[in-house]
Amino acid sequence: MKYLISFCLLMFASWMPVHAASTETLLEQLTTTKLSKLPDIVEQLAAQEDESLLPVFRAWLAGDLHYVKDSNAIVVEIDVQGNDAYVDPFTQVQLEGISSKDVKKIKVNNKLRGLLRGVIARLQLTSNNADVREGAVRELLADVDEDTFAALENLYPKESNNDVKEMMQTALSIYTAMDKSSSQTSRVAAIEFLGGSLENDVRNALLKLSRDSNEAVAAAADKALVNINRQVERYALVDQLFFGLSLGSVLLLASIGLAITFGVMGVINMAHGEMIMLGAYTTYVVQLVMPNYIDYSIWVAIPAAFLVSGLMGVLIERLVICRLHGRPLETLLATFGISLILQQLVRTIFSPLNRQVSTPSWMSGSWEINPVLSLTLNRLYILAFALLVFLALVFILKKSSLGLNVRAVSQNRSMAKAMGVKTEWVDAMTFGLGSGIAGIAGVALSQLTNVGPNLGQAYIIDSFMVVVFGGVGNLLGTLVAAFTLGIANKFLEPTTGAVLAAILVLVFIILFIQKRPKGLFPQKGRAAE
Amino acid sequence: MSKLINWFSEGRSSGKYTLPFVILLLAVTVLASAANLLLPQDSALYVSTYSITLLGKYLCYAMLALAVDIIWGYCGILSLGHGAFFALGGYAMGMYLMRQIGDRGVYGHPILPDFMVFLDWQELPWFWHGMDQFWFAMIMAVLVPGLLAFVFGWLAFRSRVTGVYLSIMTQALTYALLLAFFRNEMGFGGNNGLTDFKEILGFDLQADSTRVSLFIITAILLAVVLMLSQRILSSRLGKVTLAVRDAEARTRFIGYRTERYKVWLFVYSAVIAGVAGALYVPQVGIINPGEFSPINSIEVVIWVAVGGRGTLIGAIIGALLVNYAKTRFTAIMPDGWLFALGALFVLVTLFLPKGLIGLYGQLKSKRQPASSQEVTS
Repeated sequence: MKYLISFCLLMFASWMPVHAASTETLLEQLTTTKLSKLPDIVEQLAAQEDESLLPVFRAWLAGDLHYVKDSNAIVVEIDVQGNDAYVDPFTQVQLEGISSKDVKKIKVNNKLRGLLRGVIARLQLTSNNADVREGAVRELLADVDEDTFAALENLYPKESNNDVKEMMQTALSIYTAMDKSSSQTSRVAAIEFLGGSLENDVRNALLKLSRDSNEAVAAAADKALVNINRQVERYALVDQLFFGLSLGSVLLLASIGLAITFGVMGVINMAHGEMIMLGAYTTYVVQLVMPNYIDYSIWVAIPAAFLVSGLMGVLIERLVICRLHGRPLETLLATFGISLILQQLVRTIFSPLNRQVSTPSWMSGSWEINPVLSLTLNRLYILAFALLVFLALVFILKKSSLGLNVRAVSQNRSMAKAMGVKTEWVDAMTFGLGSGIAGIAGVALSQLTNVGPNLGQAYIIDSFMVVVFGGVGNLLGTLVAAFTLGIANKFLEPTTGAVLAAILVLVFIILFIQKRPKGLFPQKGRAAE
Repeated sequence: MSKLINWFSEGRSSGKYTLPFVILLLAVTVLASAANLLLPQDSALYVSTYSITLLGKYLCYAMLALAVDIIWGYCGILSLGHGAFFALGGYAMGMYLMRQIGDRGVYGHPILPDFMVFLDWQELPWFWHGMDQFWFAMIMAVLVPGLLAFVFGWLAFRSRVTGVYLSIMTQALTYALLLAFFRNEMGFGGNNGLTDFKEILGFDLQADSTRVSLFIITAILLAVVLMLSQRILSSRLGKVTLAVRDAEARTRFIGYRTERYKVWLFVYSAVIAGVAGALYVPQVGIINPGEFSPINSIEVVIWVAVGGRGTLIGAIIGALLVNYAKTRFTAIMPDGWLFALGALFVLVTLFLPKGLIGLYGQLKSKRQPASSQEVTS
């Protein structure tokens, strides 16, 4: 009966010569009609097939649709810095001089919400944007009724985009599979098609179907579900692997500078974590300086952080470490003292509270590969960035003259000195390079965690573990160790919990050192002893 | 008695100060205790119970510093994880004190400590059994750190992990324990640790006499440990230890199983740290996972460095001085303390490699240039 009415109204509406006027009258009726009669108006509005009505429907669905008491004009409530403001739904222009006292909310209930969702989806189906169309079909998956089925069947042959077509077929298959009146073979065929989809609504539909009275249908649904679950598990594994790689990239960034200073100079720099922290705070300061250019701030922050941490590293080397040459344990203590001073310095200047660093818009969001697997962009970028830094560092060490000197000093200090290498200068540069890389790591970390005075402390022990595990003075070892530990950590986490996973990894390294005291890739030759 | 004292104080030249130091230590202890118990509160010489507890705390720290000095100063093993042994000893004592609360807890459960009732546990975990016996808890306070040190040391020294590697591993050890003890599931009170103790061996922990007794016991034990360590280190074993410190490979080639010496010295040191922890907990009234944090362990190292490593008395003096400075400093300007501590690390390693005791030696040798100076690395 309802459909008949709406059909009549539809005929009536298309017969009406002036569309705009009728939209206006319908909208005005919204302000006077009782809640129980509102669905009719929704149907009539939908019959206009007017895309410009979408903001009205959306606002209504969200419960933000209001009308001004005096003029009966429809407005949408938005939030401007904690205060209510009202905009015109068609022009999106903010209306001045209207407060929450002047407006009344247009009511919405669950029945209306369901109706509105369907209307919005059907309106979007005809959009020019393929993504919008695909999203619209996805919205419909939860509840495919006769109307939508007919509409989709109508649109399917006209659709040119393959993704949208597949989504439409999924929706059609759901309807066919659920439809008890269609033949068993077509139902089973539809279910088989659904077995390739990862949509949540498809799974719900299949769960319903697996309790179907028709045994063949139920069996097919069960089979499809098993198939889907296997795929979901596989993607969950990929997701875990991604998080492991992400943690690994963070560890790589944090520890690679340490690998240089420890590997080349044999110096344990306990202030390495604070170099990371300085890099993170540099990012924060850069964003403070250029608040309107957050998207570009990162390109300024990277070199700035490298310079700040690098210069601090050179300063530490010249003032303290070079005086303690050949006394590694004393160096460890002295650099620990420096780390305390730097932490307290930052605490005094920036306050002990955490600072929020904003993420550039191009780094936020995620890359949705399919409904069950989406990779966050900032982690993806940091992973790529870590590998880039690693390659750059390998290039510097293998190809540049500084790298040649560094390698010479790390292999045989006195011989290098005898050959005219300025070992003191090389030491200072090495330390500066290692610290600078730590600063860059700080920029990356500021995108993942809060920036606080203890930022570096959290990573220092893990970084040492990576260096020890990978083998001192071996960049490749550091790379392998970082990703191994990162992935191992993330794979242990679901079964053991985060803390126990961290402990297990630590215990594993302590035991590993028993077998291979010089790490995964020990240095060969005389340099080893 | 005099024979015993002779046996203790006999040995190398640095040992000649041990006996006077012990006498001084005990004299101060007796005087401070008497001033607290016998003098009226308004007397000018009255020592408050707060001060007594503070002194007792310092002496526990001094014992911990002694433990670190034994392996660092005499064997060249820089442990950045001795706080772990200290805390384990402390937890053993804490568990005993927890069981002593009995049904006087907030929830009034006759057996389970409050935090277990809070976590809705039905029965005592197996490792809490027997902890209501004082003697058993004390054995645990010594045995657990000793066993951990043995396993860790055996694994580490056998595969010849030395130098900074070993230091980092010890730090990882205490860090792992820190993470573990923060977990509620571990059954050690999680984040809050063990606290609200009522009495020890039937004596009220809040009473002045108990506080003073604990202080005196700590002082006596410190004196005993000092003399015993002096004796051990001036024995043949001590000489081999020094050789290991100065040239491990050479000592090994001469035919000594250096790793065995190192393991036993490490275990001995860990046991001392455990005893210090067990004495510490009843005096401060709380033990929580924070004691495991790596910074605590590394602070101990700086006490030793300030006093002068390789001299047992130096470690004690360093611990007392730095902790006194910390108490005063944090009261006056809390933010400044970390600056001061950091500067202490840098300045001591740069300019005072032998600590205050070494400085005293340097000044003395300047006055008497003829006398030969003992060289320590």
